[in-house]
Amino acid sequence: MPENKFSDPDDRNLLPHTISLFLILAAFWLLNSGYYTLLILSLGLISIVLVLYVAHRMDVVDHESQPLHLTLKLPGYLTWLTKEIILSNISVVKHIWLGNETISPVLTTIKASQKTDIGKVIYANSITLTPGTVAVDLVGDQITVHAISRENIEVLQAGEMDRRVSRLED
Amino acid sequence: MLIAATLAILVVMMMAIIRGFIGPTLYDRILAVNMFGTKTVLLISLLGFVMGRPEFLDIAIVYALINFISIIGVLHFSDSAAFGNDPHDTGSTKKES
Amino acid sequence: MDIVVNMSSGLCLLLGSFLCLSGGIGIIRFPDFYTRMHAVGVTDTLGAGMILIGLMLQNPDSLVIIKLLMILVMTIFISPVASHALAKAAFRNDLVPLSDRNEHKGGTESSNP
Repeated sequence: MPENKFSDPDDRNLLPHTISLFLILAAFWLLNSGYYTLLILSLGLISIVLVLYVAHRMDVVDHESQPLHLTLKLPGYLTWLTKEIILSNISVVKHIWLGNETISPVLTTIKASQKTDIGKVIYANSITLTPGTVAVDLVGDQITVHAISRENIEVLQAGEMDRRVSRLED
Repeated sequence: MLIAATLAILVVMMMAIIRGFIGPTLYDRILAVNMFGTKTVLLISLLGFVMGRPEFLDIAIVYALINFISIIGVLHFSDSAAFGNDPHDTGSTKKES
Repeated sequence: MDIVVNMSSGLCLLLGSFLCLSGGIGIIRFPDFYTRMHAVGVTDTLGAGMILIGLMLQNPDSLVIIKLLMILVMTIFISPVASHALAKAAFRNDLVPLSDRNEHKGGTESSNP
């Protein structure tokens, strides 16, 4: 898609993304097969090349499907996200055992301050992945969020996750 | 401990089936089926360890992918007008008799 | 060393079972569709994660650990996509979420079938 206005100027160089996809597919084949004879390995190579060809025809090999520019920053974010997931799991389990009187479901709209599409998608996915909040819709920079109680939505509106995802993308 | 976890997963799958039967909306049923599928993945992995055959994990991987595709496939029909108008659909806040 | 690994594996399995059971009770008990979705989120993220980590500690074989890791990664990538698609489909087809204001008009009673 040459007319895609979100693509960076240097982004038409697809070689790193192709190599990364090749490595991922090769690792997937080698780990799942478990047989290392010549025939099986060559069949694997043929499959990988076929998948690469199809992916290039579909034009899905780019910085969005292989976000290589995030590789260095992603582990720190994932660690923080894991901590957040554990905390919100505890809160939702507490709501489950304490009963329906303690929940106060709310549907509201919050703002995503990310510039790129992939940043917004990471933000919305993180919201959905943490139990207690689900991103229902994403239009422009407005995310519709359903939360199980007011505290969850207040945590989101405080913007810690939003800031961290924004820091991830630049 | 493995047996206990397997039994717990079976009980959870039973609960998902109950929710799938009583509904009340179509989406509750799809949600229940989705949960049933993800719990099946866990059950297959646990059973592999109970029986001492970790090869079951390959089946679990395949099952996870199939479950995902089936849910997305069902939801692709959700744009059609007839999808939300099930005559047995009583709405989310009404009580099912 | 061995007994420590076994103990922590059992603890993880127990914790995961407890979280999955809580999610199962949540899906029965919560009053409407959107809140039930949060209960499913619990079983999909930390419940599945704890059980899979417990299984990883059971077996020293590295290939098995990698396969369990693969299942964990797939679950964690797939679960938000499926629940977002479900929530969006329900929202677009005018399934009204139960909100704070009409909660006492009839929502909470429907929790015990």
